[in-house]
Amino acid sequence: MVNGGGRTKIETRKLNFFYGNKQALRDISLSCAERQVTAIIGPSGCGKSTFIRTLNRMNDVIPGIRMEGEILIDGENINAPGIDVVELRKKVGMVFQKPNPFPKSIYDNVAYGLRINNGKSRSRIDEIVERSLREAALWDEVKDRLKENAFSLSGGQQQRLCIARALAVEPEVILFDEPCSAIDPIATAKIEDLIMKLKKDYTVVIVTHNMQQAARVSDFTAFMMLGDLIEFDKTEKIFTNPSSKLTEDYITGRFG
Amino acid sequence: MERHFDAELNALNERLLDMARLSEESVAMAVKSLKDRSENLAQEVLERETRINLLEIEIDEMGMKLLALRQPVASDLRFITSAMKIGSDLERVGDLAVNIAEVSLDLIKKPPLKPLIDIPRMTEVVQSMVRDALNAFVNRDEKLARAVCERDDEVDLLNDQVFRELLTYMMNDPSTINRAVGLILIGRHLERIADHATNIAEDVIYLVLGKTIKHHIEEIRRESDSKRY
Repeated sequence: MVNGGGRTKIETRKLNFFYGNKQALRDISLSCAERQVTAIIGPSGCGKSTFIRTLNRMNDVIPGIRMEGEILIDGENINAPGIDVVELRKKVGMVFQKPNPFPKSIYDNVAYGLRINNGKSRSRIDEIVERSLREAALWDEVKDRLKENAFSLSGGQQQRLCIARALAVEPEVILFDEPCSAIDPIATAKIEDLIMKLKKDYTVVIVTHNMQQAARVSDFTAFMMLGDLIEFDKTEKIFTNPSSKLTEDYITGRFG
Repeated sequence: MERHFDAELNALNERLLDMARLSEESVAMAVKSLKDRSENLAQEVLERETRINLLEIEIDEMGMKLLALRQPVASDLRFITSAMKIGSDLERVGDLAVNIAEVSLDLIKKPPLKPLIDIPRMTEVVQSMVRDALNAFVNRDEKLARAVCERDDEVDLLNDQVFRELLTYMMNDPSTINRAVGLILIGRHLERIADHATNIAEDVIYLVLGKTIKHHIEEIRRESDSKRY
């Protein structure tokens, strides 16, 4: 197991995951370092999305699932009885493949999480909304139209709005599940740039089917195939000299 | 858009310039050690070699990392591959400076064979070629690079001159053979340094124009094309 990035933020130990009888994850043990970007790559169906959704228990809502093994965040088992899942999902935010802003104004999208959580003053909410939009590199583009509907934004902007929304509730970890699949290359470059800035303050885990993206933005890369973790190492090592032939064949495109 | 990548490219550029400075200085020191008959100076050239070699490795590693992780294209790609090749040429320049210094250490122990005229002249031309090749790289100046390529013949002629003159000495007096051969070797090392400066200049032209002028390839291709029709 590799952890060269300092403190471990997230750790899974022999994680097994089943959809009914079908095993989707097999004995996954890996650590994500604090304030680093960990990418998960692999062919379709390898289990990478299933894996990332276990980190904030998004799979809980799916009927018939079964899990074995442990998932620790800051050393604490997130599946222990008594864990507040809502608090977990604030601490571990998620950005999805298709931008999914609420059908509300830009401002209300970011403020939503703040309002339903605890009563904050109007001016405090204003502050946090601005801060979050700045952190998501969106403020300059929307500051004069905060009351406009979120759908008036372009796809790339909507995605950054979703990032701002996640940032507003002060997470420690941000999970990205193929965040750029649905947006154009220039918007993708902006979001990749944003991810690299975010890692100064947040731990980032990103699932991507675009391995060049993993190469560009991540510090560590995990390669998964058919539910197994094949290799996990510093991104530089994976892309210059991977240890496993399977990894080499995948990243060089010798098999899909 | 200012890219994170640009900072990494600049870092690679800086390393290359560090290496260039060291190699250039080593050549100057090596020849000066002979002129001034200074063992210390020659020794210093030998000691600097490790630093130059380590920089070559560092440049290769940086280049590989950027190629693997950044998928560079166009001028970024040409810059990275040129930097790795230039690093290779600079390492050879460093080696040749060491070779000169080693001969120098040997010659210093013996009485001087003759006043040095041609070798210092060769050195000046060679040094200016190396300097110009690197300035061409820094400023992306393809005209300056071409000028370097054109001076290579001048160095070859000077080297022939050195050889012919020393041949005469050796034929007249076999006791001079040892020292004469030393000087001929130095001439040859200088001529090789000039070749590397030319290689660097050719790499700069490729970097700037995106096409290569190596080995008169354009003429060769034109000729073979015209033969086809």
